[in-house]
Amino acid sequence: MRTLTYLEALNEALVEEMERDQSVFVMGEDVTWGLMGSTTGLVDKFGQERVRDTPISEAGFVGAGAGAAMVGMRPVVHMLIAPFVYVAFDQLVSIIAKSTYLYGGQAKLPITLMAPMLYNRGNAAQHSDRPYPALMTIPGLKLIAPATPADAKGMLKAAIRDDDPVISFEDGGLWGQRGEVPDGDHVVPLGVADVKREGDDVTVVALAGAVAHALTAAEELADEGISAEVVDLRSIVPLDRRTVLASVAKTGRLVVADPAHEMGSVASEVAAIVAGEGFWDLQAPIARVTTPHTQIPYSAALERPLYPSADRIAAAARELMA
Amino acid sequence: MTVSGGDLREMYRRMSRIRQFEATTKELLLAGELYGAFHTSTGQEASIVGACMALRDDDYMVGTHRSHGHPIGKGAALDGLLAELMGKETGVNQGKGGSMHLSDFSVGSLGETSIVGSGLPVAAGAALGSKLQGIDRVTLCFFGDGASNQGTFHESLNLAAIWTLPAVYVCENNGYGELTAAHKTTAVEEVSERAAGYGMPGVTVDGQDVLAVYEAVSEAVTRARRGEGPSLVETMTYRFDNHAIGIRIENYRDPAEIEHWRTQRDPLVLFRDALGERGVDGDELDVIDKEVEAELAEALDFARSSPAPPPEAAFTHLFTNPIDA
Repeated sequence: MRTLTYLEALNEALVEEMERDQSVFVMGEDVTWGLMGSTTGLVDKFGQERVRDTPISEAGFVGAGAGAAMVGMRPVVHMLIAPFVYVAFDQLVSIIAKSTYLYGGQAKLPITLMAPMLYNRGNAAQHSDRPYPALMTIPGLKLIAPATPADAKGMLKAAIRDDDPVISFEDGGLWGQRGEVPDGDHVVPLGVADVKREGDDVTVVALAGAVAHALTAAEELADEGISAEVVDLRSIVPLDRRTVLASVAKTGRLVVADPAHEMGSVASEVAAIVAGEGFWDLQAPIARVTTPHTQIPYSAALERPLYPSADRIAAAARELMA
Repeated sequence: MTVSGGDLREMYRRMSRIRQFEATTKELLLAGELYGAFHTSTGQEASIVGACMALRDDDYMVGTHRSHGHPIGKGAALDGLLAELMGKETGVNQGKGGSMHLSDFSVGSLGETSIVGSGLPVAAGAALGSKLQGIDRVTLCFFGDGASNQGTFHESLNLAAIWTLPAVYVCENNGYGELTAAHKTTAVEEVSERAAGYGMPGVTVDGQDVLAVYEAVSEAVTRARRGEGPSLVETMTYRFDNHAIGIRIENYRDPAEIEHWRTQRDPLVLFRDALGERGVDGDELDVIDKEVEAELAEALDFARSSPAPPPEAAFTHLFTNPIDA
C-alpha cells in the first residue's frame, strides 16, 4: 500500500471531495496559499471561487459557512488553528450547532470545520489549545480527531459527506507522520473507534496525538509482561461507547489518554461512562492521563512535560497492575 | 416606481395580518395561554412588508428575535406560526423554537435568530451559496439598530462587499436597543452612514411608509440580482410595545413620544391614506381586515386543537443524520 503524510492525506480528501461534488468549497484564512499545508494546490485545481481566502473575520466566515450550508452547499471552513474557534463561538454554538433543532428540522447544515491543534511547539497559552472538550458540551456538533493519515483522509471525506456540522481536530504533531492510506474512495465512518492493538490486562483509550504514545507505551509494557489493548477513539461525538465498554469488560482496567486539559475532558467523559456502565468489570480505579489544569507556557522545559507521553501512560498502566 | 394594484392590496393584507396576529397573541400571552420571551412587531409592519414584498418568493430571508412579523411579511400562513407559539407539534418549528424563532423555510426563511447580530453572517453565507450555485436568488437580512454595533455587522458587510454578494441588509431602526436609546450607543446618526465603510450604497428611509421601504429595498434587490453586490437600507421605525411584553420598566421612553408614533405615525393608517389617494376604497381594505380576522380565528382553532409534541420529540432534530454509537 502507498504511504502519505497526514497533511497529504487531508489534501487528497479535499481534492477528491471537490472533484466528486460541486457543492463542496473551501474557505478560510490563507487557504489558497496553503499556509497550514492541507489546502496546498487546491486553488490551481478548482479556482478562486471554490477556494476562497477570507478576511481575518472568524465569526463572519464561520457564520457564512452556516448560511451557505443552509442553501445546499457543503462548505469546508479552515480555522487556521483550533483556538480561533473562540472568535466564532456564537456562530458555532448559536447557529451551527442549534439551527437544525431550533427550526424543527427545516435546516440542514452540512458544514465541516478543519481545526489544527498546534501544541507542544512553543506557541504559548493562546495558540496551543485543544478545545474539543468545550465543544463536546454542545449538542448538535459532531467532533472527530483522527490519529493516522488513513483516518485523516477517510474521516474528512465522511465529514464532508455528512449532513451535519463536523469539526475535525487535527493534531499538528501528526502532520508529518507518514502512514499507509488505502487506494480509491477511502471513507471511514464517524462514531466508530479503532482497536489498534489487542491486549488482555489493561485498556488504553487514547485520542489524537496520544494514540501514538499509547502504542509506544503498549510496546514497553509488553516487555514487562503487561498486555495492553489500545483503543483509538477517533470520534469524540458520537463517542463509540460500545467498543470502549467491550474492551474494559475484557481487560478490567482503564487508562484514558487525552491531550486536553483534564477538567471536563474526553478522558473525564470516558471515565464517567465506564464508571457508570462498566463498574463491575473494573478491577482497579480508572486513570486519566491528560494535561493538568494550568495554562500552556512558552518554555519547552515547562511545556513538554504537561502533555500525555508514552512514559506517563505506561506509568499509569503499571500502577493499575500493581 | 409603479406598484400593481394587486401588490398594493397584498401589502395591506400582510400588514393587517401582522397587526392582528400581534394583537391576538399579546392577549393570549397576557392571559397565560402563551409563554416565553415575547417581542412584538406592532408598529414595524411597513418596514417588514415593504422589504419582503421587494423580494421574489424564492429569495431568502434571515431575521431576528423580533420574529413574528418577518415570516408573515414573506408570505407564511398564520396557522403554523400560531401553533408554534403554542408549542404544538404542528408549529413551523415543531415546537422547538417559539416566539423568538418563528421560521417558515417554505417561504424562504433561513431562520429567525435570537442572539442579536447572529443572523448577519448567515445571510452573507446564503448569498455566497446562491452565487456559487449560479442562481439569481437574493438574501435579505433584517437586523436592528442594536445589531449594528456587533462585530458580526462589520464582518458580514465587509464579506458581502469584497465578494460582491447578492445580499440586502435591512436595518430596522426602532430607536432602541432593548431599553437604551440608539443615539446613546451608536456613534453615527444614521446606521446607513456605515455603508460607506464597506463601499456599498446606504440609504435611510421612512420605515412607516411601506411604499418608501418597498422602493428603496427594490432598488437594492435589483442591484444584488444583477450581480452588483450588497446594499444597506435603514428603515426608521418604532415598536409600539415595550421591548418585550411583560417588562415592567417603561420610563425609558417618553410617553409623548410613544403617543406621537401611535397616533401620527401608524404605518397601517398612513398606508390606508396613501391607498385612498391612489383610489383604493376604504371599504375594500375593511374587507381585507375582516378576511384576515377570519384567517386568524381559523389559525387559532388549528393551533389550539393541535397536539403537543410527544416527549421523545425533545431528542429529534438534534442532527439531520443521527449516528448510533
